[in-house]
Amino acid sequence: MKIKINGKATSTDSSSLFQLMSERRIAPDNLIVILNGFQTPEDLPVHDGDEVVFIEKGKMPDRTEFEAMMSARHTPHIYEKLKQARVALAGLGGLGSTIAVALARTGVGKLHLVDFDVVEPSNLNRQQYKIKHLGMKKTEALKMELEEINPFITVLIDTAKIAEDNIPHLFAEDDIVCEAFDQPDAKAMLVNGLREHFPNKKIVAASGLAGYESGNFIATKRLMKNLYLCGDGTTEARIGRGLMAPRVSICAGHQANMVLRLIMGMEDA
Amino acid sequence: MITLNGRIVDDADELSVAALLSRENYVSSRVAVECNGRIIPKAQYEHKQVTDGDVLEVVCFVGGG
Repeated sequence: MKIKINGKATSTDSSSLFQLMSERRIAPDNLIVILNGFQTPEDLPVHDGDEVVFIEKGKMPDRTEFEAMMSARHTPHIYEKLKQARVALAGLGGLGSTIAVALARTGVGKLHLVDFDVVEPSNLNRQQYKIKHLGMKKTEALKMELEEINPFITVLIDTAKIAEDNIPHLFAEDDIVCEAFDQPDAKAMLVNGLREHFPNKKIVAASGLAGYESGNFIATKRLMKNLYLCGDGTTEARIGRGLMAPRVSICAGHQANMVLRLIMGMEDA
Repeated sequence: MITLNGRIVDDADELSVAALLSRENYVSSRVAVECNGRIIPKAQYEHKQVTDGDVLEVVCFVGGG
């Protein structure tokens, strides 16, 4: 029968996972076995068309096996849809950098990073940058991080300040745009510009995620046909109320999950 | 009579969008406004009038990101 092992089409006479392991002389120690997206320690039967991934812990696979291993826990047709998608991150602060990391791990095929700023120390309390990135353009620093997390996606960057006049040019090719700015006027400017120029484009925006109020107040709402808003809607950053990783991450998680749902064709919040 | 974020508002007919936003305590630079499913460009806030039966959605943003 024909099966796939670590992404490669293979013929075998083995009818179970343990037989396959002995046929390929793979020791069971330090081994992770994934059958059709499900990790198992058992000697399960193997059928024609199955996808099997063997991962030897601590051993660096070659590049062709690596992508099969990274996507081994995804359901195959989900992975293919994700790979076709192109998502923009407008602003690469606490929200944008965190959404980008989640979508890179999920395997979204093209991520488009847009920001004009450089990484500075006050970013490190909630943004996905490290000491080594201080002084770098956020676009370049985050691209570096994302390529270390998932080398099988394409990261496109535009180091530019987003304004009314460059919105039509910057976001023309993106299927979904995440609004991930800090300033309320900039958030409104981007959402207005996108809705005017691209009424059919999906926007996933954020409002109300500062402080350490309950994380349970943060929710995703569909407010217009193609506008989703994540956050509690009211808790703004102001003098005496900061922005910190836990609540910013909750909101970024909401945004990333809404993006994933939209890619999979689910339009309800 | 118009509908504003799902709420019936009786005395808004003939007001401009800018006047309505101001009366409802919105800061116009921080909102996006949709009228009957279409976005209203900011440049039209001053002269576009709200008319009877309009359904308006106002999305307001607060800072933090």
